[in-house]
Amino acid sequence: MTKVGVIGAGMTLFRRRLQETGKEMCFEATKMALDSAGLTRADVNMVVCGTAPDAFDGVAMKGEYLLDGSGGYRKPYTRVFTGGGTGVFSTIAGWWHVASGLADVVLVVNEEKMSSCQPHPQSVFANIWDPILDRPLKPNLVWIFAMEMNRYMTVYGVKKEDIARVAVKNKRNAVGHPCAQLADPNITVDDVLKSEVMAWPVQRLDISPPSDGASAVILASEDFIRKRRIKDRAWISGVGWCIDSTMWTDRDLVFPEYVARAAKHAYKMAKIDEPRRQIDFAEPYDPFDYKELHHLEGLLLADKGEAPVLTREGVTERDGKLPVCPSGGLLGVGNPIAATMGMKIGELFWQLTGQAGKRQIPHEVHTGVSQAWGDLMQYGSVVVMKG
Amino acid sequence: MTARISRWPGIELRAADLLEGKVTQTRFRPDAKYAWSAGEAMSRFLQELQNGRFIARTCHKCERILFPPRMFCEECFRPTDEWTFIQDTGTIETFSVSYLDTDAKRIVEPILVGVVSLDGASSKMGMMHYFGEMTKDEIRIGMRVKAEWKPPADRRGSVLDIRYFRPVREGER
Repeated sequence: MTKVGVIGAGMTLFRRRLQETGKEMCFEATKMALDSAGLTRADVNMVVCGTAPDAFDGVAMKGEYLLDGSGGYRKPYTRVFTGGGTGVFSTIAGWWHVASGLADVVLVVNEEKMSSCQPHPQSVFANIWDPILDRPLKPNLVWIFAMEMNRYMTVYGVKKEDIARVAVKNKRNAVGHPCAQLADPNITVDDVLKSEVMAWPVQRLDISPPSDGASAVILASEDFIRKRRIKDRAWISGVGWCIDSTMWTDRDLVFPEYVARAAKHAYKMAKIDEPRRQIDFAEPYDPFDYKELHHLEGLLLADKGEAPVLTREGVTERDGKLPVCPSGGLLGVGNPIAATMGMKIGELFWQLTGQAGKRQIPHEVHTGVSQAWGDLMQYGSVVVMKG
Repeated sequence: MTARISRWPGIELRAADLLEGKVTQTRFRPDAKYAWSAGEAMSRFLQELQNGRFIARTCHKCERILFPPRMFCEECFRPTDEWTFIQDTGTIETFSVSYLDTDAKRIVEPILVGVVSLDGASSKMGMMHYFGEMTKDEIRIGMRVKAEWKPPADRRGSVLDIRYFRPVREGER
């Protein structure tokens, strides 16, 4: 299997509304990634596009619509979508293009333009529920998170203030991110606890709201990296992905088993048998603050119910023993679903190549893990990268 | 990036820019209508709701009692074997107190909603539904509840044939 490295990354601002069309956003992110790697579109063999349901943009066959901006014109091109998991999964799809030997250079471009859907994309999210069992109850997507968060809190006796610490940490971390929509250097746990109750236990500042944005990364084979003498690269050493049933009322929501299975697959590939010792930092999916905790446990970086304790003790701060979401995550930078690749894969690349600027982890890091999550609380995608 | 890149693309718009027509935009409202076939398992499930009871399917291989019912076992990957009735009582596994309606609009009277694992089905198997005859301060995980059915004449073969799940009363099982 060919060794694959990430050699460039780019992203647009993340904002509630951007003037640019989806195609224009893709072009900006892609051009930035190509420029940063010193490549042109002619160097690219194949393109993977990751983007969530067509209904957000209101354009059916959105992958094809985004093609031109993604640099895929007259090239082998595939759109992939695994719900919120796309933020990491599209890189896995890009990885297999190169690892298989089919391509030397692959562009991965992720886009989301959620502001087109008026007045709020919530009405589109509602379509993921089962039409017979769930939809007659007129569900709201936030219910899922509220129910999962409550189960997690109740089973392990987790206090809301310990969960709120995640939102505070990530919104503060995002202060150093030039694309951030939700950075706040002064936010406190109290602000989170006093924010509007949306669907208890979920409050407004527990959530990362919808955004517009695009991100891109470039993957290349070891041969190509050597021949072009590319210095800034981070190797993809493990990948894993796993999905559980849509019958989500048939499993205990307290632990994301599908994330653990995806992580175990990625760790085995990366020859990691003690993740807590061998992984230096993590970018788990944090659309809600409790999800970071839930996912740290799924990634086997904390024992069950232990992630809130690690957070309280400062272990997951940028200068802690296990920095978590040094990018600022979805909570701090924003949540244009698939485009969150900018903080998951992009941040791993920037941290491992020492390009993270104000967000750079102050101590040396060699191995990072990123993870995304989606669908009806059922999808986990995991990538391990080494410097 | 961050060290080397000086320009971050993207032009931010404010809600007012849209409302006041400062931005060129086009509008479209899709008109899509769907009629879902309930399928084999769900058709029987919905029919039994009209009779005021829950039905499940058994798998003889993994010995699970599968609810909601399905015609194949996703674990053993074989057809399920028999229909079996389960109880209309159960346990609250989790819940939310929602101040959001389906379009994320704010509502004053919260909706109590959550997951009930049903007695007689395999462990942790259940459904999402509303809760009633309890306040947001009384509801808790682990609470024993029972389905409150609509009168037979009002049942339509829908999960809404159950009004909500309410606390199990003394003497009920």
